Amino acid sequence: MAMITPPPQGSLPADVGAPPDLVAPDGAGALSAVQAEELGLAPAAQSRGMLRRGWEVFAENKLALVGLGIVVFMVLFCFLGPVFYHTDQIHTNLNTVLCSPSASHLLGCDNVGYDQLGRLMVGGQTSLEVGVAAAVVAVLFGTIYGAVSGFVGGVVDSFLMRVVDAGLSIPYITLIIILSVAFHPTKFIMIFIIAVFYWLGVARLIRGETLTLRTREYVQAVKVIGGRGRRAVIRHILPNAIGTIIVQATFAVADSILTLSALGFLGLGVQAPNTDWGSMLSGGLNYLQSSQSYWWLIYPAGIAIIITCIAFNFIGDALRDAFETRLQRR
Amino acid sequence: MIGFLIRRFAQALVVLFFVTVITLALVHIFPGGPIRALLGPRGTGQQLAYYNRLYGFDQPFYIQYLKWINQLIHGNLGFSPKLNQSVSSLIAQDLPKTIVLVALGTIVSLLFGIPLGMYQAVKRYTVGDYVLTGLSFLGYATPTFFVGLLLVEWFAVDVHIFPPFAPQGSSVGTILSQPRALVLPVLAYSFVLYALWSRYMRSSVMDNLVQDYVRTARAKGASERRVLWGHIFRNSLISIVTLLGLSLPTLVAGAIFIEVVFNYPGMGLAFYQAATNVDYQVLLGFTVLATVATILGNLLADISYAMLDPRVRYS
Repeated sequence: MAMITPPPQGSLPADVGAPPDLVAPDGAGALSAVQAEELGLAPAAQSRGMLRRGWEVFAENKLALVGLGIVVFMVLFCFLGPVFYHTDQIHTNLNTVLCSPSASHLLGCDNVGYDQLGRLMVGGQTSLEVGVAAAVVAVLFGTIYGAVSGFVGGVVDSFLMRVVDAGLSIPYITLIIILSVAFHPTKFIMIFIIAVFYWLGVARLIRGETLTLRTREYVQAVKVIGGRGRRAVIRHILPNAIGTIIVQATFAVADSILTLSALGFLGLGVQAPNTDWGSMLSGGLNYLQSSQSYWWLIYPAGIAIIITCIAFNFIGDALRDAFETRLQRR
Repeated sequence: MIGFLIRRFAQALVVLFFVTVITLALVHIFPGGPIRALLGPRGTGQQLAYYNRLYGFDQPFYIQYLKWINQLIHGNLGFSPKLNQSVSSLIAQDLPKTIVLVALGTIVSLLFGIPLGMYQAVKRYTVGDYVLTGLSFLGYATPTFFVGLLLVEWFAVDVHIFPPFAPQGSSVGTILSQPRALVLPVLAYSFVLYALWSRYMRSSVMDNLVQDYVRTARAKGASERRVLWGHIFRNSLISIVTLLGLSLPTLVAGAIFIEVVFNYPGMGLAFYQAATNVDYQVLLGFTVLATVATILGNLLADISYAMLDPRVRYS
């Protein structure tokens, strides 16, 4: 079935994490083909040099280094922080309800007496873990789905892609809200609920990539030599699409963190006493209206979400440049 | 063109089939089934059996599906036992208000996004471009509800310029009669969209700037203003129109969060309340409606893309 020319991938609304800036609307497919050819022609022994060239392009981008720094800081803060800053994040404490920031509670306390700074660390653990895990699950599944669809082609491809079209037609937020209500999710289930919407876009992207790669000589050669389809996909198509896959995964982390925070804000996220950055904000709305401003209920968690997502977006942009072989100095 | 339209419609129908199957299947994911979710843990086995038969959940899935589709075709979106109201009347009551919010927010975001995106492309790699790029990165990374929270904190709590709540009322007229209360919800709604449009407009204009027709226009002595507004602007708008058609899921998501933050009495808020009450008929009806709208949006985007851009020829 002839696909109509889809609008540029970067413009897909599900793709909000990816500013469509560097994606050349019409040349995207051709570009990756050139890239693939060059990658494909490079013998395995040179792969280290390729990685180093990629890193040079990445490191040239100051914003990317800032992004990397922020991510490293956030991981240390959330996972090592509680070792140095002990707080009780299990039992509520009525004596410290809504206490202002002080020496003993650096960022004050929330509406049930949890220390906000400690809560920020614990919530960050959830946000980062779920964000990264959901991105990995979604990208892995979407990649396999898209590669199979594109490689097999024909009726199978049409069927698989109509399923993706259908999935993308259901506004993802309604789907995710219904799933969250139905399952009262734990951290683990949350990963899959978020991945449910994200894999669709990835599948479509990788399918497109596979379609261009499938016609390359070295993939055709596998067939001629008598290699099986599985070998062509695993050994030749996926390695050459790895750039696209990693860039997508990076943006997916930012999007997943945002989605998790949105669910948390609606009170549909992980269940107390567990929390995430979005759940921390859901209480904040009620205290905005009161005479005293409880700024520590809103700003820390909100800013944590924003800078983490910006950091992942910076990294994703830089990775896209790094995998763009044209930009690598050789 | 006719062939393309027919094929595209057929494709949309196939997608519609898959979507309705998925949506109806969603009802069955509630642990213990939809009726258990409705009755709660204290519903007896007898009650369960009675209501399952009443609503036809004891029948095979394909019978349920056919019955449901038959209902939908006749405009019956179901009945909410929790609200004691038919879903269609709920939608008739709330949808117009949400359309007001979405339309105003989209218009405001386009009014800022298109000119500023163009400015960025023309003055690329200058301070102004970097500042606006930073702003759109912020737009991509900030959850919609947090924008709402901040605006309330700044303009309704710290400085009492605007009321912290959205306009209340049951009709579009009463909503529109309180323009001051509309300002914050609309602004919050448009911020994330602004980032989307401006970013897209910037890259679209930059693509067009290097096209041959621009060089030709310049060679013929057209003024820079004429090149920009007469040629580049119009061609860049094509992709924005397409993007608009594809953005319905984003628009729906934004509406849900803004309505929850500002307590705006629209469809998003009703959907959220239905979700927390496990009012599955409302969830089903809303999801189907939003999905059909999305499919139509995609269809219109493809068709308008083909009509507006003569270079696009579908075989």
